[in-house]
Amino acid sequence: MLNYFNPSNTLKVINKLQKFIFALFIAVLILGLFEALVLSPEDYKQSDSVRIMYVHVPAAWISVGIFSVISILSFGILIFKNKNFILISKSLAPSGFVFNIIALVTGSIWGKPTWGTWWAWDARITSMLLLAVFYLMFMLSWKIFEDEKKSIKLSSYIAIFGLINVPIIKFSVDWWSTLHQPSSINVFKETTIHSTMLMPLGIMTAAFALFSILIFLMKYHTELLKIKNKGLDRL
Amino acid sequence: MYGKKVKIRAFFIILVFTSAILITFLVINSLKENVVFFKSPTDINNLNQIESKKIRVGGMVKKNSIEIENKNLKFVITDFKNEIIVTFSGAVPNLFEEGKGVVAEGYLEDRKYLKAEKILAKHDENYMPPEVKEAMQGN
Repeated sequence: MLNYFNPSNTLKVINKLQKFIFALFIAVLILGLFEALVLSPEDYKQSDSVRIMYVHVPAAWISVGIFSVISILSFGILIFKNKNFILISKSLAPSGFVFNIIALVTGSIWGKPTWGTWWAWDARITSMLLLAVFYLMFMLSWKIFEDEKKSIKLSSYIAIFGLINVPIIKFSVDWWSTLHQPSSINVFKETTIHSTMLMPLGIMTAAFALFSILIFLMKYHTELLKIKNKGLDRL
Repeated sequence: MYGKKVKIRAFFIILVFTSAILITFLVINSLKENVVFFKSPTDINNLNQIESKKIRVGGMVKKNSIEIENKNLKFVITDFKNEIIVTFSGAVPNLFEEGKGVVAEGYLEDRKYLKAEKILAKHDENYMPPEVKEAMQGN
């Protein structure tokens, strides 16, 4: 699909795709915010503060999802030395990190009125913080070496070690007693969010996913430009 | 097929990854006591020795157990097997309610009595509009 022997062609395709995804993102975001802030009902217990969920939960999902993709690509980088995986994983990291921070901050804002505290060192929150640290290490590993080969190795190892944290995040609320409540959306058990509240949650997740694709494309575009300017042999 | 080098690399990476999983598992397992955010009244009941350091106890606020006198609050945390009496003075979070989850942080006087310095509400995973809740209670 993407022809690397003709980078200018790929760049053109990415440029067009960016505009299309940007328009789609704006449309889905407006719809999602309207659903989340206006149409969806308040919660019987938390009343309006439940609306933070429509930012908090999608942001957490996206950040964990992106990290998992980076980790799986990193196996490919270490084993098969796949050049394209390097660019993809490097370009994915910033949006994943941003959504990780959004999840932590909105969680904190949500925690104060409901739990009565901004922060708790429970297993879910701590493992989410650890994910942010892994993101940070991954991104910094591209900046600390002159030799790009070292950066590639280090970042890939950081990503595969970070993958161990992913199931810990997911199951922390089931394995240990935490302040954070167990997951409401389940594959094997009944989902405990009312359907009128699932709607904005789904749309906001789509909006955030589109946003991370957009940021990914912009970063990927820049990385390709860098290679084009250096000459393909440098890759 | 893949060359010999690729196979060796794959073997090496998988070895590193599995060892890392094993190490993580062992570390977390040995830290089990510290990973939990709170103890249940049953855990407290099974303690060999009353700890003098700060402790968190969690469970349900027992129905009809909240007593307020002046600014002092007294209630019972239950895990439906064992119970513990908690006293506290100060503001409680909005979601603190009878029959709902709670975490109390403070010092144990004995196995049945906790002097709390902080009350956190633990909410459950159910989200629904008020009308649906009413309809459910109607049934």
